[in-house]
Amino acid sequence: MDLNLNPQEVQFRNELRAWLQANVPTDWEARRTEDDMLSRFQYLKQWQKKMYEAGWTGVSWPKEFGGRGATLMEQAIFYEEMARAGAPPMANTLGLSLIGPTIIHYGTPQQKARFLPKILSADEIWCQGFSEPNAGSDLAGLRTESRLDGDHFTVNGQKVWNSYGWAADWCALVTRSDPASQAHKGLTYLLVDMKSPGVEVRPLRQMTGESEFCEIFFHDVRVPKQNVLGTIGDGWKVALGTLSHERATLGTGMQIAFKRQFERLVDLSRTIERNGKPAAEDPIVRQKLASSYADLEIMRLNQMRALTRIMQTGQPGPEGSLLKICWSELNQRFQQVAQEILGPYGQLTKGNGHAIDDGQWAYSFLRTRGNTIEAGTSEVQRNIIGHFVLGLPKSY
Amino acid sequence: MNFGLNESQTTLKNTVRKFLAAECPPADVRKLIETENVFDANLWKKMAEQGWMGIIFPEEFGGFGMGAVELAAVLEEMGRALLPGPYLSTLTAGAVIHEAGDAAQKKRYLAAICSGEAKSTLALLEDKASWDPSAVSMRAAAKSGQYALNGRKLFVSDAGVADFLVVAARLEGEPALFVVPKGAAGMNISAMSGMDLTRKLYEVTFENVMVAPEAMLASGQHAASALDRALNIGTVAISAEMVGGMQRLLEITVEYAKTRKQFGKPIGSFQAVQHQCADMLVYTESSRSAAYFAAYSITEGTPDAAASVSVAKSYASEAYRECGNRAIQVHGGMGFTWESDCHLYYRRAKASELAFGDALYHRERIAKLIVDAAKVRTEEAAAISVS
Repeated sequence: MDLNLNPQEVQFRNELRAWLQANVPTDWEARRTEDDMLSRFQYLKQWQKKMYEAGWTGVSWPKEFGGRGATLMEQAIFYEEMARAGAPPMANTLGLSLIGPTIIHYGTPQQKARFLPKILSADEIWCQGFSEPNAGSDLAGLRTESRLDGDHFTVNGQKVWNSYGWAADWCALVTRSDPASQAHKGLTYLLVDMKSPGVEVRPLRQMTGESEFCEIFFHDVRVPKQNVLGTIGDGWKVALGTLSHERATLGTGMQIAFKRQFERLVDLSRTIERNGKPAAEDPIVRQKLASSYADLEIMRLNQMRALTRIMQTGQPGPEGSLLKICWSELNQRFQQVAQEILGPYGQLTKGNGHAIDDGQWAYSFLRTRGNTIEAGTSEVQRNIIGHFVLGLPKSY
Repeated sequence: MNFGLNESQTTLKNTVRKFLAAECPPADVRKLIETENVFDANLWKKMAEQGWMGIIFPEEFGGFGMGAVELAAVLEEMGRALLPGPYLSTLTAGAVIHEAGDAAQKKRYLAAICSGEAKSTLALLEDKASWDPSAVSMRAAAKSGQYALNGRKLFVSDAGVADFLVVAARLEGEPALFVVPKGAAGMNISAMSGMDLTRKLYEVTFENVMVAPEAMLASGQHAASALDRALNIGTVAISAEMVGGMQRLLEITVEYAKTRKQFGKPIGSFQAVQHQCADMLVYTESSRSAAYFAAYSITEGTPDAAASVSVAKSYASEAYRECGNRAIQVHGGMGFTWESDCHLYYRRAKASELAFGDALYHRERIAKLIVDAAKVRTEEAAAISVS
């Protein structure tokens, strides 16, 4: 075991840290909760552009495609440092972490030249069209159809849960190109211009009141044949093949963000009273804070082990499901602990003068409820562990 | 970065697994638990020949001088095999001697431990049953050039086979540590029947037990900090041992779920069963991450070493018990029988949960180390990223 960074990694970290220190905007915390989503998104695009100009977008991408060719460990450091610096996220998250790498892997030279630079620069924002109203956990049941007609496809159907679909210029869309096909077969992965006639986006209001997600409707949308990524009928492989190593490294930033919230809660627990003394001195509160700390540490350590494994084997394994269960469930437990410590104040939302931290705890409590559902429900993750890790018979 | 065992650590772990599969199979464990002290002298001798007795102790006393990560690897395998006997007790007592004793004492006692000649244990808990050394009240008093020990120790593991005991006492109000040989006049050892059939507990009473001055390992602050360090080592060791137990429970439970059929199919194809197994994996792997990190931290002496030890033990304490629950539940009626190995691990899980401080104890320790020590970060107070 050796948990130290090597000299190259230290250099990478120092360089990034110095750049972030000089460039992270100071007004992000105020802007991040503003109600106007479009203006907030504009802000994030500008931030990504700034990072792009300094060469900090797509760090994991190969140098020939405009990235830095960063190692897995450097990617982990990247997300850690971003979180540590309190940097805004980049606007084109899906483009950078999932769709860009997929294009790099499966794209034609023309597709790479056409799409990759604008993903990096945030000139074109991407969303992902995978889930459908009747194909959520069971993604392979998707029905959005694409019919080849000469040099283009005609697409009809509906997608849902598209993150930031309302801001997207392009959509990575998985469609059923063979109407007679079942499950994983007969699917085709298309790159769809969101400005095409027949594309209709409806923001989906979620329980927090915001609209991170959308529904997208496709009515006779024409997509040029040259926008097929990979081969026709091979869309499942393209869609899942590069769900990529990014997943394992993204978590490192999340872990730091959680830890900052934990530290903030510890600070609050010194000033909030419980039974006539600071909550931090209450034995039950202390147990719960310690438990949250242990949860966070275990999340961090499980991630480090998973990273080590990927570095050694080159493949992220189904163990990713363990990480997903860990972070999502710990975050929900943690938010509940926060609510218990904050007491009646915890429920107050943004804008109320009595709210602590401008209502961010109430927001987080609601938002984290989605954690065990998004990116694969806890139930699906446990199925994956049962079948693919433990070798139990398939249960569905 | 590499969060995993290196080649020699992996080899060591595999060697222990192979050895125990051959020398301490489940059938032998069953036989041993029918004996009074669950001690197999022949097995002990063979283990000593492998060099495991002195794994973390310096070479000059016959040890291997390895770190806590190697120790954790060995203990994990011992826990997996449910090895009965005084290995962990002896190791913990040895750690106290190593941390507290002078050169002559180490030469005398540590060398005997490393060679396998001596078994030992730490007598710490008293009527208050606290793992916090500050709760010790047993009296030591200077008396005609010797020390007289008076008091009662409880929950002393493996005292029945120990050749000498390491005893925590209080001398003029200050902590002090003594070595007391078996058979010392006035020392009486009697069994406390506990749930764990593989690790026996004893009550040890001291009535004017006289020991020589050179039997005192340390006193005052030196004794307190030495005991603290040794307990960190023991706590990491048992945490790793618990990981091995969880691993074995997971293996036998998955195996059972694959073969046991109801409604015409393996019960492991039902999600209600499958998800219990998945939870066991999460508990096991998370405990493993925490235990090995704690081992690494105390070896490297990192600033968060003490907290990492408490993270490992607080988590494993609940995780092992919970794995036992899931294992028995999945085994159904079979899991409730004496014949099934599940209950042997379940019993060990409960005893291990209580040994070296339970989850409540270690979480309060984390609170002291983290919550009380954290600085108020006013400049960061407003800057929080969400979900």
